[in-house]
Amino acid sequence: MRKELLSKKDIDRAVSRIAHEIIEKNRGLENICLVGIQSGGVHLAKRIASKIKEVEGIDLNIGSLDISFYRDDVGIRKQQPVVRSSDITCEVSGMRIILVDDVLFTGRSIRAAMDAIMDFGRPAVIQLVVLIDRGHRELPIRADYVGKNIPTALDENVEVCLAEDCAEEGVYITGSQTEGK
Amino acid sequence: MKDLVSIREISKENIESILSTAASFKAVLKRDIKKVPALRGKTVVNLFFEPSTRTKTSFELAEKRLSTDVLNFSVPTSSVVKGETLLDTVRTIESYGVDCIVIRHSSSGVPHFIAKNSHASVVNAGDGTNEHPTQALLDAFSILERKDTLDGLRIAIIGDVHHSRVAKSNIYLFSNYKSEIRLIGPPALIPEFKGYNVSYFNSIEEGIEGADVVMMLRIQSERMTKGFFPSTLEYANLWGLNRQRLKLAKKDAIVMHPGPLNRGVEITSDVADSGQSIILEQVTNGLAVRMAVMYLLGRDNEQ
Amino acid sequence: MSNKLIIKNGRVIDPSQNIDSVCDLVIEDCKISDIIPASANANSSAAVIDASGMMVMPGLIDMHAHLREPGFEHKETIASGTLAAIKGGFTSVCAMPNTNPVNDSATVTTFIIKRAMKRGSCSVYPIGAITKGQNGEELAEMGMMLEAGCVAFSDDGRPVMNALVMKRAFEYSKAFGFPLISHCEDMNLTANGVMNEGSIATLLGLAGIPRSSEETIVSRDIMLAEEAGARLHIAHVSTKGSVEIIRRAKDRGVKVTAETCPHYFTTTEEMVIGYNTNAKVNPPLRCADDIAAIKQGLRDGTIDVIATDHAPHHADEKLLEFDRAPSGISGLETALGLSLRLVDEGVLSYADLCTKMSLAPARILGLDKGTLKKGACADVVIIDPNREYSVSSDKFLSKGKNTPFEGMTLKGMPAAVVVKGKYINILEL
Repeated sequence: MRKELLSKKDIDRAVSRIAHEIIEKNRGLENICLVGIQSGGVHLAKRIASKIKEVEGIDLNIGSLDISFYRDDVGIRKQQPVVRSSDITCEVSGMRIILVDDVLFTGRSIRAAMDAIMDFGRPAVIQLVVLIDRGHRELPIRADYVGKNIPTALDENVEVCLAEDCAEEGVYITGSQTEGK
Repeated sequence: MKDLVSIREISKENIESILSTAASFKAVLKRDIKKVPALRGKTVVNLFFEPSTRTKTSFELAEKRLSTDVLNFSVPTSSVVKGETLLDTVRTIESYGVDCIVIRHSSSGVPHFIAKNSHASVVNAGDGTNEHPTQALLDAFSILERKDTLDGLRIAIIGDVHHSRVAKSNIYLFSNYKSEIRLIGPPALIPEFKGYNVSYFNSIEEGIEGADVVMMLRIQSERMTKGFFPSTLEYANLWGLNRQRLKLAKKDAIVMHPGPLNRGVEITSDVADSGQSIILEQVTNGLAVRMAVMYLLGRDNEQ
Repeated sequence: MSNKLIIKNGRVIDPSQNIDSVCDLVIEDCKISDIIPASANANSSAAVIDASGMMVMPGLIDMHAHLREPGFEHKETIASGTLAAIKGGFTSVCAMPNTNPVNDSATVTTFIIKRAMKRGSCSVYPIGAITKGQNGEELAEMGMMLEAGCVAFSDDGRPVMNALVMKRAFEYSKAFGFPLISHCEDMNLTANGVMNEGSIATLLGLAGIPRSSEETIVSRDIMLAEEAGARLHIAHVSTKGSVEIIRRAKDRGVKVTAETCPHYFTTTEEMVIGYNTNAKVNPPLRCADDIAAIKQGLRDGTIDVIATDHAPHHADEKLLEFDRAPSGISGLETALGLSLRLVDEGVLSYADLCTKMSLAPARILGLDKGTLKKGACADVVIIDPNREYSVSSDKFLSKGKNTPFEGMTLKGMPAAVVVKGKYINILEL
C-alpha cells in the first residue's frame, strides 16, 4: 500500500513558501547558514537556497551535516545508515543556523543535529525546516517551518523522493499493517 | 563486523566502509571540538602485552575522541608467569564489562583467540609477526588521500617483510585492489606469499623503479644479531632509502614509514623530511582510521 | 585347574609366523599355548571369548610415549597413561625419559618400573636418557639403567646437539647392543620456530621450523652410527627428506631403524590454521608431499615402526598463546584407528600394520613380544575392524585431551586386550 501525499508540484510550492517564510522571519538574511541534514535534508537546503536567491538575489551559505556520531540509537536500530560527510564551511559561532530535514518524526535526529552543530561552534540561533511533520514526537522539539503536517500511524513509513535521487518526485506513505485488516 | 583481528580475513566492503568513515572522522579532527559522543557510555580496554608508545597513544586518543571510557592494562610480563592462562586474562577483563578490547601481543594469533572467546569487540593492535590491521588501513587511507585511488599503483615495500606485521597487513589489504606490490630486501627477509600477487626483488634499485608509493619498514637491530644481515651499515648501504634511489621512483612518489624511524639506517634524513614524505600525515590519519574502526565495531557489536 | 582362555573364531594375524587365518588362540598360564583350527567344540575347562568377525593380533607395542611420571602428574600418570594405552590396543608402552627428575639414573628407572607394576594396566618399558639431565653434555649411566630395566636410550624432547657427545654415546652403546633413539632436531635451525616453515607459517605470522632442522641431524646421526657401527633408531620421522636419507642409509647397510607417528601420515600443517594449539607438535605437521613420502616409506620398509609419541598436556597449558603452548598430541587412543586408515587405503596389509605396531618394536627393543608363538607372553589385542566411532577427547582415559583429531570418524577399534594372560574388555573400561 503506497499512497502519494505530495506531488512534485506540491513539493515545489512548499519549498517556495518556506523560502518566503525564512526571508520574512530573518530580516535582511544576514549571517544565515542553511544546513541540510544527511541525507534527506541536503537537497532541500539547496532548493530553498536557490529559491531565496531567485527572490532576493542573495547567496546563502549552505552546509551539510551528518549526525551518525551523535545518534542515540546506536545498537537499537538494526540497520545503521552509512556515515556521510559533514561539510560546513562557514564559521558557526554567532551564525543563524537553519537546519533542514525531510521528515520530522520523533525529534531524535534533530536533537542529534543540534548537538553536532554545537560542536562546530556557538550559533546565535538554530531554526528548523522540515518538509513533512508526521507527529509522534518523543522530545520537546518543534519545527519553525513546515511544508505539510501529516498525521500518521506509528507503523507507517513516510518516503520523500526527490528528483536528485529518485526517478519520480513525490512524498509517499507506505506500510500500515493495520489498514488492510 | 564484530572484530578487526586480521585484514586477510575481512572483505573489501569492510575495508572501504572503514576508509570512508575515517574520512568523516578526519573532518571531525579538524574542528575545534575534536570529540564526538558516538560511543558515549562504552568502555574500551587497551590490553598491551608488548611495549608500545605510538600505537597505544593513537588508540587511546581515538577512544577518548569517541567519548568512550578508557582502561589501560599494560602487562609487561606474560600471563604465563603468573600461572594464568590467556583465557583467564580475557575473562578477568570481560568482568569489567568492557565493550571493546584493543590488544597488542608479542605472540601471533592472540587476538584471534580472544575474539573467539569474548563477547567484546576485539581490535588487533599488532600480534607478533602476524598482522597490524589498523596500520595497513591508515596506510591505505593516506595513499587514497594522496593518489585518489588504491588501484593501478606500484607499491614498493622495502625491508624486513618477514618479521613485519605492517607489511603483511598491507599485502593482504592491497590484494583487494589492482595495484602492484613489490617486496624488496635481503632474501631471508622476503618470504613467499603463496596465493598473493606480489613480486620479489633483492635489489632496491630494480624494485623501486617507477613506484608510486615507497613504503619503508623499520629495521630492528635484534634481527642483525640473529644474522639476517651482517650489519646496519651494510643494510643501509644496500637497502636504505636515499635521495638517489628515490629518484628511480615516480616523480610524485610518496614515502611512508610506520615509525619510529631509524634515521640513517632504512631511511636517510633528507628523504624522511622531504616533501615526498607523508610520515606525519600517517600519524594523523591513524587517529581517524582508529576512530572509524572502533566506531563501526561499537555500532555493529551491540545488537 | 589351569588358567586357560580360548579366543575363538577370530582372524588371527601373526607376521612372526606368517599366520593370517581364522583360528582359535589358546592361552594358558599367561602364555600363548597354541593356535588351533577354528572348531565349534567348546572346551568346558576354559574361558571362551568369541572373536567372530574380529582381528586377533599380538598386543600393540608403543615404543615412544610420554607417561610424564614422575614430575608432571598433572599431564599424565603411569596409571592413566597405561589405561589409555590399553584402550588404544597397546599392551606395552615405552616411557620416554623427559620426566622430572629425568630418567637418567637407575633410581628413577626403578621407580618407574615399580610404579608400573603397582599401578600400571600394561607393561611399561622405560627408556633412559643418553645424557645426564638430558643436557647433551655428559653421558648418563646407561649400563646401570639397562640393568635396572631400560630397553633403549634417548634424550627425546631434545637432541644431543653436540656431535662428539653423540659419537661417544654410540661408541658406548656397542658394549651393550641397545639402540639409541634420536630426536632429530637442530636447535639452531629450529630457533624459535613453532610450526612447519613455509607459506602457512608466513600467513599466520608464526616462526617456522625448517625441514632441514630434522634432516641435518638424521644425516649426522646416521653418519655417527655408521662410523661407530652402532644401532640407531630415528624417532618421529616427519619429512620426505628424512625418509630418503634413511632409505639410502639402509641400502648401504647402516644399522638404522625408524619410526613415524600417525599424525605425520594423517594431517598437514593446515591443521594449525586458526592457531590451533592442539595441532602444535614437534616435529611439526608438514605437507602433503611429506605424507606421501612417509606412506611410501612405511610401504617399502624404510620406516619400521608406527609409534604414538603420545605427549599428553593439561588443557590449561594448551590454552596459552600458540608460541607458548607446549608441543604434543595425546596419541595412544587414536593411533590404531588412524593407522588402520593405511590398511583401508592399501598402503599396508593387516600383517604389515601388525609388524609396524608390534613385531618391529619388539625386535628393535629386544622384547620377547610382538608374536603369538607358542610360549610367548600372552599379550593380545582383539580388534573390531568394522566398528566406526568419532574421536572424542572427553572419552579419553588419558589425562591429555590434546588431540587435533577431535570429531574425526575412525573405523576399527580395539575391543579387548589380553595383558600377560589377563583378559580386559575395553568396552567396559
